Amino acid sequence: MSADLLEKTEAGTSTSQVVGKSYKHDSAEKHVSGTATYIDDMIEPYGTLHVAPGYVLHEACGRLTTIDLSAVRAAPGVVAVLEAADIPGVNDCSPAMGDDPVFVSDRIAFHGQLVFLVVAESRLQARKAVQLARIEVEAETPLVSVADALKAEQKVLPDYEFRRGAPEATMERSAHTVKSSFALGGQEHFYLEGQMAFAVPGEDGDMLVHSSTQHPTEVQHTVAKVLGVDEAAVTVEVRRMGGAFGGKESQANQWAALAALAANATGRPCKCRLDRDDDMILTGKRHDFLVDVEAGCDAAGKIEAVQINLNSRCGHSADLSLGINDRAMFHADNSYFYPEVLIRSKRLKTNTVSNTAFRGFGGPQGMFAAERLMDAIAIKMGQDPLDVRKANFYREGENTTPYGQSVDEHDVLAALVDELEESSEYRVRRKAVDAFNAENTILKKGIALTPVKFGISFTLTHLNQAGALVHLYRDGSVHLNHGGTEMGQGLYQKVAQIAATEMGVRLEKVKITATNTSKVANTSPTAASSGTDLNGMAAAIACREIVGRLKTFVAQQFEVSEDDIELVDDQMLICGKQKLSIKELAQLAYEHRIHLSSSGFYKTPKIIWDRERVKGRPFLYFSYGASCSEVVIDTLTGEMKVERVDVLHDVGKSLNPALDIGQIEGGFVQGMGWLTTEELWFDDAGRLRTHAPSTYKIPTATDVPEIFNVALYESDGNPEPTIYRSKAVGEPPLMLPISVFCAINDAVASLNKGVLPTLDAPATPEAILKAVKAIKVGEEG
Amino acid sequence: MRTAIRFLRKGQIVELDRFEPTTTLLDYLRLSERSTGTKEGCGEGDCGACTIALGRLRDGKLIYEPVNSCILLLGQIDGCELVTVEDLEGPDGLHPVQKALVELHGSQCGFCTPGFVMNLFTLYHANTPGLTRQDVNTWIAGNLCRCTGYRPIVDAALEACRDGLNDVFAARAMETESKLAALQDAQDIHVGDDERFFFAPSSFQRLLETYGEHPEATLVSGSTDVGLWVTKHLRDLPKVIFLGRVNGLSTCYEDEQGIRLGAGASYAVAEQFLKSIDPDLEVVISRIGSKQVRASGTVGGNIANGSPIGDMPPMLIALGAEIELQSNRGRRTLPLESFFIDYGKQDIAENEVLTSISVPRLSADEQFRAYKITKRFDQDISAVMAAFCLTVKDGVVERARMAFGGVAGIPKRASSAEAALVGSSLEDPGSWQDALNAIESELVPLTDMRASSTYRRDIVRGLLEKALLEISASSSQKTRVHGQRELVEGGAHVS
Repeated sequence: MSADLLEKTEAGTSTSQVVGKSYKHDSAEKHVSGTATYIDDMIEPYGTLHVAPGYVLHEACGRLTTIDLSAVRAAPGVVAVLEAADIPGVNDCSPAMGDDPVFVSDRIAFHGQLVFLVVAESRLQARKAVQLARIEVEAETPLVSVADALKAEQKVLPDYEFRRGAPEATMERSAHTVKSSFALGGQEHFYLEGQMAFAVPGEDGDMLVHSSTQHPTEVQHTVAKVLGVDEAAVTVEVRRMGGAFGGKESQANQWAALAALAANATGRPCKCRLDRDDDMILTGKRHDFLVDVEAGCDAAGKIEAVQINLNSRCGHSADLSLGINDRAMFHADNSYFYPEVLIRSKRLKTNTVSNTAFRGFGGPQGMFAAERLMDAIAIKMGQDPLDVRKANFYREGENTTPYGQSVDEHDVLAALVDELEESSEYRVRRKAVDAFNAENTILKKGIALTPVKFGISFTLTHLNQAGALVHLYRDGSVHLNHGGTEMGQGLYQKVAQIAATEMGVRLEKVKITATNTSKVANTSPTAASSGTDLNGMAAAIACREIVGRLKTFVAQQFEVSEDDIELVDDQMLICGKQKLSIKELAQLAYEHRIHLSSSGFYKTPKIIWDRERVKGRPFLYFSYGASCSEVVIDTLTGEMKVERVDVLHDVGKSLNPALDIGQIEGGFVQGMGWLTTEELWFDDAGRLRTHAPSTYKIPTATDVPEIFNVALYESDGNPEPTIYRSKAVGEPPLMLPISVFCAINDAVASLNKGVLPTLDAPATPEAILKAVKAIKVGEEG
Repeated sequence: MRTAIRFLRKGQIVELDRFEPTTTLLDYLRLSERSTGTKEGCGEGDCGACTIALGRLRDGKLIYEPVNSCILLLGQIDGCELVTVEDLEGPDGLHPVQKALVELHGSQCGFCTPGFVMNLFTLYHANTPGLTRQDVNTWIAGNLCRCTGYRPIVDAALEACRDGLNDVFAARAMETESKLAALQDAQDIHVGDDERFFFAPSSFQRLLETYGEHPEATLVSGSTDVGLWVTKHLRDLPKVIFLGRVNGLSTCYEDEQGIRLGAGASYAVAEQFLKSIDPDLEVVISRIGSKQVRASGTVGGNIANGSPIGDMPPMLIALGAEIELQSNRGRRTLPLESFFIDYGKQDIAENEVLTSISVPRLSADEQFRAYKITKRFDQDISAVMAAFCLTVKDGVVERARMAFGGVAGIPKRASSAEAALVGSSLEDPGSWQDALNAIESELVPLTDMRASSTYRRDIVRGLLEKALLEISASSSQKTRVHGQRELVEGGAHVS
């Protein structure tokens, strides 16, 4: 990639830029009319079969003593029953570590681990046949919770720590010390379209897999590995997902593998669509944590030293737990300078499904710890929590994170928080809340304003690369393809806006096409909020390559300078005057044998991370935001209502304000669910009992505050050379609603000034009432 | 007798004479019709992705109600107009609700969108003047969206409904009404054979006869519970008797003594009668299930399935409701509370059918309060459902009835606390203590995924205290975070 391509980060010279405008989602009309095709909606080729996975119903771990599938094989419609021994390749669907068998045959390590697969003529027949299995287990007592695993010292990965100075000693000399321990719950993704894959066998062992995945390349690798064929024999395609949120990053692999195994075994197309309950039981979730925070600070509440222990439930295997727990550590500072610090992480192994990526990827859990610390300091020292937060913000001379990267944009953080403090009328409302609480004994209000600083780039540095493929056809239409996947976030539209701008065509001329491993290979997952940063830049680079060739050609043909040529609105202008339409230009260039296709490749500059030595710059930049929330709680029942929320969020120069606002609002509500109503409840046998929407409660419209003011921060643009100076927006907003939790905490704290509430997350009515009861008798959290 | 169901679809009459008794409407749409616009999100009626609209005649007028097609049995749509997301686009392009969703960025991943579109289509046709955000929130509580955070969807609903009815469905309403009227008949419907059938009797007599002949048959009313036996437990139900066509079974009326609800009346219909008893009935019913569930589910089903966590029984028991049961041996009435004997055991004989519920009105000196405590405000099964009915004379409690759901194997009264409360003065909170202590010791709830035993006991006590505080009106302070009772008392509607 040439340096000048990277340098050119502002939108081209085009007079009618397509970027920066609030185009609707590319599939909006199709969504509302039911014509957007999800994988289960595709027309099924003749002979399509359906699969259903089989697992042990009642036990979570132990040795398998009997596996009797004779009744399953004899059931109506059953074509094949597959087990571990039927796998032609490697029995593993893990993203990296080789520790996630597709099927087990000797022992199960968690409730829901697969033992077999039924392939049948209909989905119902497959599901019914599964029920006929007779499997016996010599059951063992499972390790279910973080506490269980801590006690048993079972880990999936080694401990890891960030240290600066000697916080233990410094803390002893501090004027004030505070500490808090708390539990922080996990979260089910609850994408509306469940896990889904459809495998169509071809000649020579080829396999085409339609997979609802954020990581087509990894699905390709997994299918090749499991079938024992070359990666070149497997093609994975995905046009859209019905939501993903991280749940289809590594954990789409297994279902694609099942469909492919069945297709390979039967020679017929095979579909794997999980039932919702199976989906929730069989796939991993956001990691839940037990956290200890402790800090020493001076008389003004300024932090001198911090210690944080982050203990997470990873489940039975590593999956993506390394990166997730690292990211929790990277965000345990949130926006605050810790002069001396020790952040320790334990990655615990339990007999539960392997936890996985979920929007924020550990960041939210780390950030939550920081905010809990700020509240603890404020409550113990009798200060307004916002003052404590501001006193500890990164600032000039105090802008080095615990992992050594400097925070360059600390002014943006401060300015953004100041602006929100003003626009939300935080101070006035703080007084009103106090007045309400003085008058009311049953209901209590709370308010909180919390910041978000989120690091952008994969911390596994090599993933920060992307490819695109662009064709200009002779009628002037543009075919756009890249490695990013569309899960609802509007990535396809944003990249199309970039391509239209670069090519100088109207948006309608850009044909959006399904992500496909045979068009752009060796892609990274659409994750880490990086979809637009990476793929948008790769597409821009591909377009610039074609435009460059066209300009060189036109300059020669018309004997003008390349600088005088402009492509805009489907026209080629020379010195501002129309010369040719894009169609005429493409045709002419074709006739002069100009190459009208190009790939584009981008790798994020500047980043480097030495994990062993805890040194480097893992992130290209940070995204910032802040939110102010006000809540009311019922001290008799623990019920809670969010009354008002104000959000200000920094997306740099927005590529599409409507789509960005959509990410912010949607992320906020999803994060609010994580911290309030969404509770994962395992029984003593290690079985998840909240495995359907009847028992697992994500927010509904009523949970969204009546007053919900969301605004984009007026930015000068990303100081880093990102695509058109935009900033990533996928994950950061999920952490904004930590202010909702802090506001609930504030309401509880009002019952007994100076006592830190024992509130755990999620703050369900039960958790709130428990904290209310505790604080009334002076118990500390 | 008819051997086929008939329904209206895209203006045409469709007749189906061959289907499994438990084939769901969603499977019919996606697998038989190959209309894949309607999605399956959960298969248990809780996410709303499969929402379709059913047009029905109510008092001769066409109304559209949203229904979860994943748990509705295909046979249940006899006599209805079936409208799905594919049908809305008219000659002028997208339907107003579709257009508003597009323009206001109401879809992201799009998977929940068809369900929202269809539910908003029914909201559009409800043509409610002065529609508020809260009205929309309640209306769409049965539709989950994981992407948008709902704000743009609610905006789109308000935008689409602003200018009143103007779509092809409204334009051809009279024609639809006459087509649907022509489909109504007094025939029994029997699809299948003697071993496997979907049977929809048109009269009590035929219902009782057939149930007498096939006591192992499954009675289905709204299918909001039985639907899950099919989709989740994969149970084979070879003989299904659908109650929805039984003449008179859904009839509700009111007189001086009270309200009589036909056991087959949906929540949506029953609520129109019950809300005149007390605002809390409207407040609680607006949170039972969702608009979709309340359009299908019935009060009779909520009682007859014997669930210890149904929301209606505690309220009806506190109010002193009676039920009527019929079989081919005759009819009998009994107090609702004695219907529930033990977990999974009710006072109902083989081939007996619950036919009606009689609910007395409150007298001038009776005060009623009901509270539904859940993790999530809307569409959530109660951790505890509590209902209180106090007779108060001169500030002293003369009689108390308290009933609770979610605290035992059956809907349960708290008789010790009731006794302890008699004689208490509303003005003297000190006199409530015996009852508050009694209620904590007499109920021993379970711990499960919805709540711990401790929490359930805490809130049972807290709710009695709240009820007493509210009834005594000893202070002007607010007592509810959502304040919906106050809204209803102020003249608003919450359902």
